[in-house]
Amino acid sequence: MERRSLLPYLLILPAFAYLLFFVGYPLVQALYLAFTKNGALSLDTVRRTVNNYYFWSALKNTIALAAVIVPIQVALAVVLALLLNKAFKGRDLAIYALVIPLTISDVASGLIWYSMLSPYGFLNKFLMNIGLTSHPIYFFGYQYRTREFFVIVLSEIWRSTAIVFVMILAGLQMISKDYLEAAEVFGANYWTRLRRIVLPLLKPSIQSALIIRTLFAMQIFGVVWILAGRDVPVLAGEGFYQLMEIKDYGVASIYALVIAGLSLLLGILYVKFLKAEYLEVKT
Amino acid sequence: MNDETKYALKKVGFYTVIFVVVIWIILPLIVAFLYGFTTKADYYDPNKVIPHHFTTEYVKTLLFTLGAWDGIKNSVIVATLTIIISFILGIPAGYSIAKFIFPGKDTIKLSIVALRMFPIPIMTIPLVVLYIRLHLADTLLGVALAHTAMALPFVVLITSSIFAGVSKEYEEAAMVFGLTRFGSFLRITLPLALPGLAAAAMFTFVMSWNEVFVASVLTLTHRTLPAQILSIMAGSSGGAAPDYYKFAAAFIMTLPSMIFIFFARKYLVTMWGITLK
Repeated sequence: MERRSLLPYLLILPAFAYLLFFVGYPLVQALYLAFTKNGALSLDTVRRTVNNYYFWSALKNTIALAAVIVPIQVALAVVLALLLNKAFKGRDLAIYALVIPLTISDVASGLIWYSMLSPYGFLNKFLMNIGLTSHPIYFFGYQYRTREFFVIVLSEIWRSTAIVFVMILAGLQMISKDYLEAAEVFGANYWTRLRRIVLPLLKPSIQSALIIRTLFAMQIFGVVWILAGRDVPVLAGEGFYQLMEIKDYGVASIYALVIAGLSLLLGILYVKFLKAEYLEVKT
Repeated sequence: MNDETKYALKKVGFYTVIFVVVIWIILPLIVAFLYGFTTKADYYDPNKVIPHHFTTEYVKTLLFTLGAWDGIKNSVIVATLTIIISFILGIPAGYSIAKFIFPGKDTIKLSIVALRMFPIPIMTIPLVVLYIRLHLADTLLGVALAHTAMALPFVVLITSSIFAGVSKEYEEAAMVFGLTRFGSFLRITLPLALPGLAAAAMFTFVMSWNEVFVASVLTLTHRTLPAQILSIMAGSSGGAAPDYYKFAAAFIMTLPSMIFIFFARKYLVTMWGITLK
């Protein structure tokens, strides 16, 4: 009897301990590196970080990128999921095409968009050949930071809208047809049905997609590094730069802690909104 | 305007939107693949939107001279190790959540969700110090251990929903006929859950294959493909390699994902359906 009640805990323990270690140890290590100097408590590293122009710029850019990318891609994914939830010819093919970016990494996506938008890239050659411009439009280079920002947004929307789309489509398919048919019988038109039935029932899917994407946006790195380097500094990129180029472990740790802090804040929102509605034991 | 034309117009509009979206996704891929094999002369000729001359030179240079092939090998090793370690740890936990009711279960589940949200990639920076001490720095095992931390919460959640989908009655029947709980798990539940587990393994593979931050920070000489490409392409401040190498790199990085998604396309949608149930 005693053994039986311990079994589920014993089964979970290894995974749980592993995760705790990989979150706990680095956290302690980061706090140590960030707030001590020669073994004594010190705010020297913090001062060094916040006095750097790149820190505030990185914080601002990371939040700005998330604020621009996430709402656009969630709205786009909802519209696309609603369109593709209908039965029509070629639906499977269209869904397949939309899901393709799901497995493309941000580095690859950055390189792909570079081939579209570089001075001798597809878009510029195309525009010049149909006579819309006579000179290539430059999207890259430190004097075009706003454009680089725009290209990063474009690349991220292209790549990671797929995951939001899949989550929302899955949510849509779980909505019972009975509600919609009942509403139709009582004369509700498409917009009413959408507003009163579909969107409220889709809320959990939208919320979880929203917050998952926001959290990942806090860690945005590869695509920025490929397309803009440090022209558009972001938190993860600066942490990477401090560690790999400057070898300043303390400052790099502070960048890690800032991202962790932002994520924790958003993670609390996530747990609060999503709760554990799934994964119930079927009894 | 009568109803019939209205309906036809609506239909045309609908298909136009779908078409535009599909082109928006597909065109960059086609262009990247095409330009990956374009000769230098064709690429720099402003009149050739679609190149006429092709070469495999840049892809080959990238693969064999600049080390992308080693990167591919390293990526496969890291991803395989990640699957093995995260499944050894994750399957018992997933099974436990799916099949037992015990005090504190909700808290544990919530903690796993919360840990999944924690940015493991970022925690890698402090991890470097530990790895140097443990002689794990610049090893593939080190990267795999960090990737496991990233993939494990996902494996636990997905395996538990797969196991929850296997009906309890089968296992109970097996136990009535004299199998132990472990025996019935091995003989009954595991085989029934296998397709779902395979899909989860594929997803874990892709997660590890695409991950660039952890791999870049933790390794220097044994880099996975994305980390290798990142260091060739961008250096420390961006924009180092000539354009045609970038296109070749885009091709090399994307091809395996395309092949993968072709095989896994059915599972990808259903899997997310399961996790969000």
